[in-house]
Amino acid sequence: MAGIWVFAETVDGTPAPVVLELLTKARSLGETTAIALGPSASKAVQTLGKYGAKKVYVHEDAAFRDILATPAVDLLARLIENHQPDLVIFGMTYDGRDVASRLSARLSTALIANATDVVKKDAGWAIITPVFGGTLLVTTVPRAKAPTLVLIRPKAVAAEPAASASAPQVETLTDPVESGKPVARVLRREKEKASGPKLEDAAIIVSGGRGLGAPENFKMLDELAAELGAAVGASRAVVDAGWKPYSLQIGQTGKTVKPTVYIALGISGAMQHTVGMKGAKTIIAINKDPEAPIFKLADLGVIGDVHKIVPQLILEVRSRKGK
Amino acid sequence: MNVLVCVKQIPDPNVPGKLDPQTKRLVREGVDAVLDPGDEHAVEAGLQVIEKEGGEATIISMGPPRAMEAIRRALAMGGNRGILITDPGLENSDALSTARAIAAAIKGQTYDLIICGTESTDGSCGAVPAQLAELLGLPLLSFAKKLEVADGKAQIDRQTDDGYDVVEAPLPAVVTVTGGINEARYPALRGIMQAKNKEVKQVGLQDIGLDGKAGKAALTEEVVEIKAAEARKAGEIVEDKGEGAKRVADFLAELKLI
Repeated sequence: MAGIWVFAETVDGTPAPVVLELLTKARSLGETTAIALGPSASKAVQTLGKYGAKKVYVHEDAAFRDILATPAVDLLARLIENHQPDLVIFGMTYDGRDVASRLSARLSTALIANATDVVKKDAGWAIITPVFGGTLLVTTVPRAKAPTLVLIRPKAVAAEPAASASAPQVETLTDPVESGKPVARVLRREKEKASGPKLEDAAIIVSGGRGLGAPENFKMLDELAAELGAAVGASRAVVDAGWKPYSLQIGQTGKTVKPTVYIALGISGAMQHTVGMKGAKTIIAINKDPEAPIFKLADLGVIGDVHKIVPQLILEVRSRKGK
Repeated sequence: MNVLVCVKQIPDPNVPGKLDPQTKRLVREGVDAVLDPGDEHAVEAGLQVIEKEGGEATIISMGPPRAMEAIRRALAMGGNRGILITDPGLENSDALSTARAIAAAIKGQTYDLIICGTESTDGSCGAVPAQLAELLGLPLLSFAKKLEVADGKAQIDRQTDDGYDVVEAPLPAVVTVTGGINEARYPALRGIMQAKNKEVKQVGLQDIGLDGKAGKAALTEEVVEIKAAEARKAGEIVEDKGEGAKRVADFLAELKLI
C-alpha cells in the first residue's frame, strides 16, 4: 500500500516544525511515508518515526540544500512514478510551495494550496481551505489522477507524537541528483537579527497596522513587546509600505500565528490579516475606528488612539512588573 | 533584455469578497476590478530591469475581456506591449491551466526574465509561477525581495523565515517578487494616454493550441461545498477615556501575563 507521503523538510537534520504537524495529520489518513532530503537528513528519521512515519526515504545529497526545488522535484517525480502514493502532503512554506507547484506541473496532478485539513471522502480525499479570512470553508475534491498534492498551512494541525511508534523502515537513496538543467543555486544565507521570541513560538504578539501612521511609530511596539516578552508582527499594509520586513507579516500572505494573546494595534482587521491570527486564544484590539472589523474578533477592544494608549500601556506594564 | 511580466486582474481587495452559493464562484458583479496590487511590484521590478539593462517589457494576463484594463494599467506604468489570453473555455481555470495557457501563449518567443508576483491577492495559491517555470524548463527564483540582473544571470535576495538567502540562476529565469521589493510607480497621465495606443494581442484557446486541453476541459479539482466557519464570539468593547491602557493591563494581569 502506497498511502500518504509527507515532504519532510529538514534543516541540518532537524525536521521543520510544520513537518511534525503534517505527520500528525497524515497518520490519521493512512500508512505514512516521509521523504527527508539534504545533508544530515538521516538524523531526522527517529523524530519522523515518533510522529507517525512508518517508512522514510532519505537522500543526503547537498544539492537538496543548495539548489531550489528542482532536485527535490526530480527525485519525488521518480519515487511517485515507482510507488504511486495516493496523497503527498507539503507544508505551505517557501520551499514546500515551490516544490509542490513544480511537481504538479510535471505530473499534471491536482494541487490544492492553503489547506487547513484533509479528510477521507468516499473513496478519495476532500481538502478544506479557508477563504475570505477564514469566514468560509471551501471543500475541494481532486479530479485528476493520483497523487493529489496538498499544501497545508503551518499551525493548521497541532503536532502530537503517535501513541505507539516504532522505528521506521529507512530506505537510503544515492541516485545522482544533478540533472544538468539550469538551476537556481543558493550562494549564501543571511540571518537577520531578531530580538525576542519568534512569531511562531511567542505566547504574546504585539502587532501593528497602517493605523500606526509612520514606520518610526513601531518603536513603541518594540518597547511594549520587550516589556511583555512578546514578538512583534505586522499587517500586509505595513509590509507592502516597506515599514517592516515580510518575515513579520501575519495573514493570508504571511504567517499564521496562534499565541495566547494577540494585541492588534492600529490594525483594521482586513480578511487578509485575520486569517493569520484568528486562531489566537485571546485577542486585544486598539483602534480609533469603532467600525473596524477587528472589533468583531476582539475579546477586549479599546476604541481610541494607539499613539496615546500604547505609551500609557508601556508605563502601566512597567509599574505593575515593578511591584 | 526581453522581460515578460505576468499580471492578474482581481476584484478590489478592499471590498470584502462574497461567494455565490450556487456556482461556488466569486461574485464579481458590482465589485471594481483592479490590477492585483502584488503584481504592481512585479511590473515595477520589470521596468527597473529594462531601464537599467535596456530592452522591452511585455505584460501578459489571462482573464475575461475586461482584464484588458489591468494590462492597460501596467502599460501605463511603462510596459511596452501586452498579451491578453481570453476565452470562455478558460473560465474557472485552475492554476495549472493558467500556467499552461501562459506557456502556450508565449511559445516561440524568448524572454530573458519572466516576473510574477509571489501570489495573487484573491487566490493566494502562489502556484502559477513555479508551474510556469516547470513547463518552460526554467529555474525559478522565488520570494525575491531584491533582484539584480547582470552578465546573463539573475541574483535575488530570497525571503526566509529568519532573514534571506542570496540565490542565483542563469537567464532565462522566472522570478517571483514580494511586496517589499520596491515601491511601484503610479502611472503618470502621459503614460495613461500612451498606453491606449500600445499593442495588446488578444488570443483564445484555439490561437494558442490548447483547445480542450486547458480551462474547463482540464480541471484537476472541483469545489463541492462551501460553508461558514465557526465565528469567534465578540467580547468587551470600551471607549478610551483615559482608562484604556489600564483596562488592557488589567486584562493582561487577569491572564497572568504580567
